[in-house]
Amino acid sequence: MITKTLVRRNLYADSVALMQLSRALTALPEVEDAAAVMSTAANRELLQQAGLLGADADPGEFGGPNDLLIIIRAATDAAIEAALLAAEQGLSHRAGGETGTVAQQRPRSLEQAARQQPALNLALISVPGAYAAVEAHQALLAGLHVLLFSDNVSLEQEVALKMLAAERGLLLMGPDCGTAIINGIGLGFANAVPRGSIGIASASGTGLQQVSCLIAHAGLGISQAIGTGGRDLSQAVGGRTMLAGLDLLQQDPETSVIILLSKPPAPEIAQRVLERAAQGSKPTVVAFLGSHLDRSVGPSAAHLHLANTLSSAARLAVQLAGGRVVLENESLTEEIRAAAQAAKAALSPEQRYVRGLFSGGTLCDEAMLVLSQRLGPIASNIPLRPEWALTNPNQSQGHTAIDLGSDEFTVGRPHPMIDAGLRLRRLAQEARDPTTAVLLLDIVLGYGAHPDPAAEIAPAIQEARKEAAQAGRNLACIVSLCGTEQDPQSLSRQREELQRAGALVFTENALAAQVAAESAPAKRSQ
Amino acid sequence: MAERGFLGSRLEVVNVGVDLFADALTAQGLEPVRVEWQPPAQGMGTELWATLSDPRIDAANERAVQRMLSARPKLVDVCPASEVVPGMSRQTILHAGPPITWEHMCGPLRGAVIGALLYEGLAQNEVEAVARIERGEIDFSSCHHHQAVGPMAGVMSSSMPVYILEDEVHGRQSFSTLNEGLGKVLRYGANSPEVLQRLRWMRDVLGPALGRAIRKAGGLDVKPLTAQALQMGDECHNRNRAASAILIRALAPFLVETSQSPEETASVLRFMAGNEHFYLNISMACCKASADAAAGEPFSSLVTAMARNGTEFGVRVSGLGERWYTGPAQNVRGLYFSGFSDADANPDIGDSTISETVGIGGFSMAAAPAIAQFIGGTPADALRATLEMYDITLAEDSAMALPPLDFRGAPTGIDLRKVVHLNRLPVINTGIAHRLPGVGQVGAGLVEPPLACFTQSLVDLAALVQKNP
Repeated sequence: MITKTLVRRNLYADSVALMQLSRALTALPEVEDAAAVMSTAANRELLQQAGLLGADADPGEFGGPNDLLIIIRAATDAAIEAALLAAEQGLSHRAGGETGTVAQQRPRSLEQAARQQPALNLALISVPGAYAAVEAHQALLAGLHVLLFSDNVSLEQEVALKMLAAERGLLLMGPDCGTAIINGIGLGFANAVPRGSIGIASASGTGLQQVSCLIAHAGLGISQAIGTGGRDLSQAVGGRTMLAGLDLLQQDPETSVIILLSKPPAPEIAQRVLERAAQGSKPTVVAFLGSHLDRSVGPSAAHLHLANTLSSAARLAVQLAGGRVVLENESLTEEIRAAAQAAKAALSPEQRYVRGLFSGGTLCDEAMLVLSQRLGPIASNIPLRPEWALTNPNQSQGHTAIDLGSDEFTVGRPHPMIDAGLRLRRLAQEARDPTTAVLLLDIVLGYGAHPDPAAEIAPAIQEARKEAAQAGRNLACIVSLCGTEQDPQSLSRQREELQRAGALVFTENALAAQVAAESAPAKRSQ
Repeated sequence: MAERGFLGSRLEVVNVGVDLFADALTAQGLEPVRVEWQPPAQGMGTELWATLSDPRIDAANERAVQRMLSARPKLVDVCPASEVVPGMSRQTILHAGPPITWEHMCGPLRGAVIGALLYEGLAQNEVEAVARIERGEIDFSSCHHHQAVGPMAGVMSSSMPVYILEDEVHGRQSFSTLNEGLGKVLRYGANSPEVLQRLRWMRDVLGPALGRAIRKAGGLDVKPLTAQALQMGDECHNRNRAASAILIRALAPFLVETSQSPEETASVLRFMAGNEHFYLNISMACCKASADAAAGEPFSSLVTAMARNGTEFGVRVSGLGERWYTGPAQNVRGLYFSGFSDADANPDIGDSTISETVGIGGFSMAAAPAIAQFIGGTPADALRATLEMYDITLAEDSAMALPPLDFRGAPTGIDLRKVVHLNRLPVINTGIAHRLPGVGQVGAGLVEPPLACFTQSLVDLAALVQKNP
């Protein structure tokens, strides 16, 4: 085997593009392994772990964070050369090509794009966090509404950007806003849901996805779904985007019912949002997950409704909008209950714990709320309570639910909704752990997400169950599948493939978590 | 609160970052604009945020660049430097670029300095000249510190005739020497007797004749002349063929009217006609006056000078006072005259980058397709170079219309924030000097300033705005 390394200085490509390039290179004939990554310390460490980069590699030789590193391992020199050529072609194709006239080239800056296309009205920004605020600022100055997908933007920058947006009469969704549906178009990670009369303003991306999908399953649709970014309802940010979004939805003639979603807000901000909602006349469902809101906290108004989970928020909204209350296939039927009991009965004595591996932070939150009610403390990297924090996010402890979309897992790497690699490794790790009783996974479909997640995850589930069975264990695998039939991946196709691999599949996350909880030994056995 | 028109109107999205999200929009029937995003230079996210989000800088830049655009420098006279250039003593030698000491000067600059000392009678020979310099008897200073600019070595001494330009709009003057032509000339470091002989003729004949003609003409507005030349294939840095011809046409009647003898006037006209860069020095002084008008605006990130002394490249910024931000002078990439190669080239030298500082030269290369071939490119390269400069500049100078771009104004006024943000350096179109004194020009090509000039100044500007909240 020959390994060859190429450093392209000052060439940036995003982690998704590089993941795709790495895969394409690895698929070439005679190529054993290939990687194309930005040369960050973290990425070089991964390459060392993979054996592609010597442990004694001189960091200077391999460039820095702004340099692109390509490594090919192949059987022959010819294969290496072919792969390097393919890499160059892949990168130059990305760089907008070289041929043709000047006018055909892609704009190199947002400012240039805005100048060339005066009709632009929204910027979708997903560059690395250290540079994202600058781009968002440019977009606002160019008069564009912004969806700022990037995370790792400072609080100070977020506040400044939101003040500027307000000043200019523009909507800034984010930072760390994964999802929005504007005028029927899904932005970022979003599902193909019908248009309808329910409007959403959400500080949670996957929360928005789950609720919009549940509404679609009930036969209704979404007017507008506005993302605010995860920190919007903190004291410092003051709910600026949530309040702006609420105003828009209250005035929007297409919207008849409003849903507000967030993790627990700062109390003062919660109050402000509730007051604003109370001032309006449209029925409004408020789900501040994990907070203990009751009627005494907020202003009382007959059209304000409080919900504790994403599921109950969706149910309430559907009811208020005049739809069917019972969501299809989602009640905990006797049949499902029996399946859970059977799974539990088949556990070996040492199999005690639920292990949740999530790509959606809010889905993880909701699952932990459900699980903890029945099972007690749930260890996590995004714990419900500080004392439940995992000491090492790479190592589960007792009942555990991990958000693999959290910063510590995504720096310099695609989100787990796009790249299943990290989760597949973790899934195998949990399956080998003899104390694992139940595996709980979310799979989020929709635009932007992996084109066929079941193709990667179903075989892994099958393999995990097989290995466990060989070791005398029955491993229950429960999947919370968030998506619609109209999504590019097709909900039914994904479901069938996962079910064939032996997974129990639910399209309601809270229900999946409930079944997981019922399939695990009760609390006292820990 | 956000405007209502947003909801309900068709989304027109620009995607900056992960291509996948643009793909998802395409799948939904939109046609997103995809920005080819690259990280800023040296990953300077923090400094960029501090300076791009401070509205004081934008306001300051607007004021500064308007001053740059509104300058109307007029060529009014030619006089000996000692009579008009501030701070010019008999021992003063001005040079191109940021300040530099004798021991760090490159070959062509040293040659020119020695030539100037011989020409001024401050030394009888090279040995004596070097001895005087080493005894500290010669005061070196940057042209830029004396409202002046000079091409290549840019050496100016007290008795040299200089053009005087006056900008009545901002009440400023600027100065430059007279262009000597090509070949063995002082600005390329030559100091042989023929070079000194020509300098004396320029002092005794050419300068006074031009002065009389210019005065008789009532002065000459320079920017309209440059604007005409841009429409005739010049970019007025590396190609001055049209501009020089227009200048001769404008001055010829007055040269004749103020003639002291037909032979002398003929020699003046013949000299002017024999030098395709005759206009360059006037153009540079005009640019210098415009750039100086924009200097000293607190908080402004506008670049007001780019200059090289053959060793270092220096940049000055309107809001950062008199300081030069420097880095090593780069090698020019271009074509060499036959018989010369990279090995013969001196690093980038001269004040002529004042052209690009105010939007002509490399920035207006679109107007000069012929120059593209001269420096080893194509007309499409020239177009692209100009288009790219719009991304790092603050204004378009409608007075400098570029025909190939549908008479769009030249990209004018470099914003150092944009340079760092887009990691795109100003493009400079320049001649290549031989590294040995006196050989002259050996080629022409493109060069970029060192990135450090811009990253260092951005660090300082960020610190400045943070210190003054």
